[in-house]
Amino acid sequence: MKVTLKIWRQPDAASKGAMHTYELDGVSEDMSFLEMLDVLNEELNGKGEDPVAFDSDCREGICGMCGLMINGQAHGPEVTTTCQLHMRSFKDGDEIVIEPWRADAFPVIKDLVVDRGAFDRIIQAGGYISVNTGSAPEAHSVPVPRDDALRAFNVATCIGCGACVAACPNGSASLFMGAKITHLGELPQGQPERDTRVVDMVAQHDHEGFGGCTNIGECTAACPKEIPLDVISRLNWDLHQAMRHGH
Amino acid sequence: MAASGIIFIGFVLLHMYGNLKAFSGHDAYNEYAEHLRTIGEPMLPREGLLWIIRSVLIVSLVVHVYCAAALWKRANKARTTKYVMKKNIASSFSSRLMRWGGLTLLLFIIWHLVNFTIGKVNVQGGSTNDPYNLLVDTFDTWWMTLIYLAAMFALAMHLHHGVWSSAQTLGLTNNARARRNAKSLGWIVAIVIAGGFSLVPIFVLAGVITK
Repeated sequence: MKVTLKIWRQPDAASKGAMHTYELDGVSEDMSFLEMLDVLNEELNGKGEDPVAFDSDCREGICGMCGLMINGQAHGPEVTTTCQLHMRSFKDGDEIVIEPWRADAFPVIKDLVVDRGAFDRIIQAGGYISVNTGSAPEAHSVPVPRDDALRAFNVATCIGCGACVAACPNGSASLFMGAKITHLGELPQGQPERDTRVVDMVAQHDHEGFGGCTNIGECTAACPKEIPLDVISRLNWDLHQAMRHGH
Repeated sequence: MAASGIIFIGFVLLHMYGNLKAFSGHDAYNEYAEHLRTIGEPMLPREGLLWIIRSVLIVSLVVHVYCAAALWKRANKARTTKYVMKKNIASSFSSRLMRWGGLTLLLFIIWHLVNFTIGKVNVQGGSTNDPYNLLVDTFDTWWMTLIYLAAMFALAMHLHHGVWSSAQTLGLTNNARARRNAKSLGWIVAIVIAGGFSLVPIFVLAGVITK
């Protein structure tokens, strides 16, 4: 099949970018979206043009590295990561608009590549637990109720891809933060730092320049791991508790 | 945002209930309006409770508008380069209308106070010292009823998202069922309050409530 690609091109962080149009023929519906871009880049290389820069790593939907705004939707029209999106989701003759995540906290490095270091700094601020290293403790020594364990596991599937920020009209990273806070806060190991975690993570989030959450819900619809909105409620609950405890 | 919003929900619920007194006729409605001024006497001075409520509402309004402006400003700063193409997939119409709808409500509230409380404007040129007659004169004018109904639509939208959003902000929707309940409550509050408010203007215009 043949598609028309409108892609954001920006040589580097300091330069101004613009949308460029490319016609790509011979696209198979079995190709993944990133393989389609690989084909485009081979063509561009052949013509001596600069290939389109985009992020990817595992291409299995588990690392969170890839992430593109495709036709106005984070990761495109399916509930999955960009690498697991296939060209069968498009039709012959389609026009596909491809943009990088848009958030000032995620500055564009080149073309479709953004710097998601802000997420790392939010994790560094509080998205961890402190445990002694050495031999693993007996697993049964700290009982965890089944429902708590399941919830922690379910929200621990967040891969930090940034689709929530990209889809949010406010540019907020509350779903990402909520996932981490719920994941660690559901487990006994996460309790000692529960108050400081939420306070420090929210402070770092705001410092990075992400927007405030207004509970619109675009984030959860874009999330390839289907993290539910109730993690944001949990974030707010933990924040109120921490403030009551004098933080 | 959530706390001040909940104060407003309580207020509009009482206000809507009070307005329905118009169905009991001229004397009952005016007696209710007078009662609002004498309630709590002699412990409180005349209009004492009314001014306590007004103070709480004014403080809530300042807090609500301040928080909304701060969130709006942060959202603009968080994404200075807009998308060429951006689709809204899951967000409700009401959630996207909060800011402009809120401004619409603010303008409406200013007009509403000029109309009935501060300025007492009778668009038909009649008397303004009789609350019931002022009400009937106002809503007997088709375009005034239209303005009020448009404002009630904006209010319904604001309540629909606001109820759910405040529950979420207060951390009360910590599972899927609580989330569904909060969203349903949003619909119920929006329909009851905006619907209840709309009854009086519609029935005045229809000629059921008359002088």
